[in-house]
Amino acid sequence: MNSKLIVSISKALLLARWKQTMVAAIGVTFSITMFIALLSFMAGLNDLLDGLLLNRTAHIGLYNEIQPGKDQPVNRSAIYKNQYNFIRSVKPAAARQQIYNSGAIIRTLEKDNRVLGVAPKIITPVFFNDMTINIAAVINGIDVKNESRLFYFNDYITEGISDDIEKIPNSIILGKGLATELSAAIGDRVQVSNISGEIFQLKVTGLYQTGVQDLDKTQSYASIATVQKIMGEPNTSITDIQIKLKDITAAPVIAKEYASLFDIDALDIQTANSQFETGSFVRTLISYSVGIVLLVVAGFGIYNILNMMIYEKMDTIAILKATGFTGRDVQNIFLVIATSIGVLGGLLGLLLGFGLSAIIDQVPFSTASLPTIKTYPINYNPIFYLIGGIFSLLTTFFAGWFPARKASKVDPVVIIRGK
Amino acid sequence: MKQNILEAIHIYKEFNDPVKVKVLTDINIEIAKGEFVALTGKSGCGKSTLLYILSTMDTDYNGELLIDTVSMVHKKDKVLAGVRNQKIGFVFQFHYLLEEFTVLKNVMLPGLKLAKLSDKEIENNAIEKLKILDIGKLAMKKANQLSGGEKQRVAIARALINDPDIIMGDEPTGNLDKKNSDNVFDLFKKLSEEFRQTLLIVTHDESFAERMHRIIQMEDGKIISS
Repeated sequence: MNSKLIVSISKALLLARWKQTMVAAIGVTFSITMFIALLSFMAGLNDLLDGLLLNRTAHIGLYNEIQPGKDQPVNRSAIYKNQYNFIRSVKPAAARQQIYNSGAIIRTLEKDNRVLGVAPKIITPVFFNDMTINIAAVINGIDVKNESRLFYFNDYITEGISDDIEKIPNSIILGKGLATELSAAIGDRVQVSNISGEIFQLKVTGLYQTGVQDLDKTQSYASIATVQKIMGEPNTSITDIQIKLKDITAAPVIAKEYASLFDIDALDIQTANSQFETGSFVRTLISYSVGIVLLVVAGFGIYNILNMMIYEKMDTIAILKATGFTGRDVQNIFLVIATSIGVLGGLLGLLLGFGLSAIIDQVPFSTASLPTIKTYPINYNPIFYLIGGIFSLLTTFFAGWFPARKASKVDPVVIIRGK
Repeated sequence: MKQNILEAIHIYKEFNDPVKVKVLTDINIEIAKGEFVALTGKSGCGKSTLLYILSTMDTDYNGELLIDTVSMVHKKDKVLAGVRNQKIGFVFQFHYLLEEFTVLKNVMLPGLKLAKLSDKEIENNAIEKLKILDIGKLAMKKANQLSGGEKQRVAIARALINDPDIIMGDEPTGNLDKKNSDNVFDLFKKLSEEFRQTLLIVTHDESFAERMHRIIQMEDGKIISS
């Protein structure tokens, strides 16, 4: 009952000075709009930049590193057991890069519910022969379906269809830079020689572009079977298992676990690309700081307007107190005024922020290095709207708190006798 | 049985700023139910100061104050606000109507705050009070559309809404011309005689005071006759 009365008085005071109310609310609206648009845009850019590398990088990669055995024969000998054995210049044995028992490992990984997906891969260095010129490059044998699902392989195909490498035998997708050097187009045949010098003819079925020049000049993709054939390996042979996890932050721990479980080398994404998180963090920090500064400025606007309103409404406050309203009632009236400005301005701000984000999302943005991006990136994360909403309420509440305290302390005798 | 609505016992007040000045010295007043009392004295004699103490708005004094036989000393702000809301009606020199509201809503406000009756009942009461004061037809007008005399009458209706034990007036006719002054005085008289309403009116207008039932005269912070 009492709260209904307080709300009705607040409403009357608000409407009596609706122009001032509007100015205050527009201040909040503007800052929330900018806050939302700025954060959405920044987060979109962050995702884009991180995605440049992170999308195509496995959270955990399993492989066999070529390295000398840790356990040398001399250490096993009983005779030299109690001595220090210094061995210099140990060379790796002719170890194979292929992963042992890869089928079983993949089946185990696919059952692990922390794992989003697994993509096997076989990598081999080759030479592309163009008349008298040999160009060193790498062929990645991939499982197109998993590679597209987990690492967005399809997004980087600029010409042709990625599935063709599995359908058409002896076919290949070339990096755009590599294709230019070989002056090869779709449908052309290119000649490839493996390490042993055997020559293969492969048909170009597609071109891809990542935006990273070094990759585009040296990488090409074929089906796993094609690469196994070039390497002269059996059809179970693969060199890498790429794992994508549901929770990227768990990668270092899980990598260690797999390394000991499968007796293999495991590299997690955090160790491989530590610089990325730093960049994202700093960009996010800057956009939050700017957004919050905007809101605080709007808060000062509300503070000013409420302060003025209190001086104007001294008579009203005095008579309310004289007729039995408590200091708390008066304080609540001004708090209701402040928070309703916050709610009104905030809600409108969230809507306009969404609108502005949607407009930015339509602005054309094309760059040669990012073939899949056509417009500016926007991240519509609901968290931004939540933070914006909560923060607009908090700022207006505190901006109203101090003037409201002042109003509650007005001494009616001073006002009434002063007339 | 004579019942005291208001009782002041040995009330002292002094201002300490900038120098110590005694404003009120040993004030003793008893006001019984139904009395129509004038509090008079020269300007600066402390009569308004006394009224604000009696009305519980000023709590900075020494002595005992009983309203409806309940002591008002050392009570919390919230309790005093409740007493002002329910037991005291105010009429000031200036009308203090809220210009954002209609006349009716202005009159209803203290009733809505008390919240003893439903909104509908309070509205009916408010219309009734306005009719008693011959301004029933103004109910739906905005407060700022009224003349000075009309505003003061609305203020009186507002003072009456919670059927207070006592109505206190601080120079309620001070801002009005002769005709409107007489009008307001006649209303007070009517309230006193027809409705047995207790009234305590501060005024410096001798002719005005002489027409009331009882006169309390003050000089230099003391009561010289009552």
